[in-house]
Amino acid sequence: MAEPQRARPKPTPETQHFWDGAKAGELRLQRCDACAHVYFPPRPFCPSCASRKVSVFKASGKGFLYSYVINHRPAAPGFTPPYAIAVVELDEGPRMMSNIIDCPQTPEALELDMKLEVAFEALDDKITLPVFRPAKG
Amino acid sequence: MRRNQVAVVGAAETTELGVIPNASQLQLHADAALNAIADAGLKLSDIDGFATAVETPQQVCHYLGIKPTWVDGTSVGGCSFMLHVRHAAAAIEAGLCKTVLITHAESGKSMIGKAPRSIPADSLQGQFEAPYGVYGPPSMFPIPVLRFMKTYGITHEQLASVAVVQREWAAKNPRAMMKDPITVADVLNSRMIAYPFRLLQCCLVTDGGGALILTSADRAKDFPRKPVYIMGTGESVETPMVSQMETFNSSRAFKTAGPLAFKEAGIGHGDVDHLMIYDAFAHLPLFGLGDLGFMPHEETGRFIADGNTRPGGKLPLNTNGGGLSYMHSGMYGMYALQESVRQMRGIAPAQVPNATISVCHGVGGMFAASGTIVFTNER
Repeated sequence: MAEPQRARPKPTPETQHFWDGAKAGELRLQRCDACAHVYFPPRPFCPSCASRKVSVFKASGKGFLYSYVINHRPAAPGFTPPYAIAVVELDEGPRMMSNIIDCPQTPEALELDMKLEVAFEALDDKITLPVFRPAKG
Repeated sequence: MRRNQVAVVGAAETTELGVIPNASQLQLHADAALNAIADAGLKLSDIDGFATAVETPQQVCHYLGIKPTWVDGTSVGGCSFMLHVRHAAAAIEAGLCKTVLITHAESGKSMIGKAPRSIPADSLQGQFEAPYGVYGPPSMFPIPVLRFMKTYGITHEQLASVAVVQREWAAKNPRAMMKDPITVADVLNSRMIAYPFRLLQCCLVTDGGGALILTSADRAKDFPRKPVYIMGTGESVETPMVSQMETFNSSRAFKTAGPLAFKEAGIGHGDVDHLMIYDAFAHLPLFGLGDLGFMPHEETGRFIADGNTRPGGKLPLNTNGGGLSYMHSGMYGMYALQESVRQMRGIAPAQVPNATISVCHGVGGMFAASGTIVFTNER
């Protein structure tokens, strides 16, 4: 019997560019052409000034650990507890939920404000998920 | 909205609370409604306004045999009932209806006639949160707390003391699920659920319900129970995604709803005799005390740990035992409202002597929504 799978995102027309980017190894954000506000999650207008003139750009992929929990129970399908559910603040401003890889899932190893960089995990041939790991150097 | 123009004239919980294996969620709505109608000395046919959450108004109205001319199906999570009170007060003042019934019920433990909560894979939550392993409120609601602790210097022991103090209140309440005294060490040694929170810092999971009946203050004096007036109200929403809150150092929805209610009531924090802050998890009273303006956030942990909110303390908080020890069916806001009404009627199991103003503050989702009601028993 197949292992239970982690929840698979299903893109919508407004978010497709994000998932296409992840598959291509890019973390894509949006910036308002009118007021320069950078925002996430994706939508075809600026949530700060309501302009519909917005652009997609490749983000630096750098950020820091804003907060997290280490989930013990109940565990989501496809996850082996304990595992951290983190919120990363990107250098461009927006925050996103993520997981932290290449790092022990412990309070000692997961220090708030530690620098992180994006990595990509292919879930299947359609969906690649951005995750983060401690920044090198 | 003008203060003290509308009053609660009926209030009741379901006959049983806790584990109720012999009733569906819909029947629990009816049980709470019939108890509240009896409490108010009314007939079902007297109800011309109706509000509920999760279940639709048509579902519950049809089941009860109510024919309303005003309905509200606002469903923003556990504080929906605070919003219903606010909306009902406005509707009664506007003359849209005379007598409003608000019901909540949830078969949260037994799951009879309750649709499971699910996150569609193409929703924003399904795309940008669910893939990272969130699985129910314990994995989501505490996500802000480590940042909050670091920003304000709040300790694990202080967060544990929230559960300890609320258990002291629960010990005085015959209907509380958990009444045995606990210590900070008990809390910090209980089973890890989602670091930094352990079992005793997470709400209970139970079955139950409650209902309120509101009418104009002018009519309220003719009812059998002491009227409890709606003095001030506030509401707001922020985001369904905890990861997208403006900051983890406070709740924008709290900071909007709370001050609105205080302003409308025309009261200051020193006027508050009794306080309810919806405690799905142990950090919520700290967010609430800070965001409602009782004190700087830095002081909230010490304030609770020092005993200021315990029985005999200067700011009695969550006097039924709260979601941590009284009961929590999933949408606890109705039970917080019920306790505020009991305190204002002077009939609470752990009655605060001579209390005349009660503030009842609710959260919906994971800081997604908020509603605040200021009650008084003086007009």
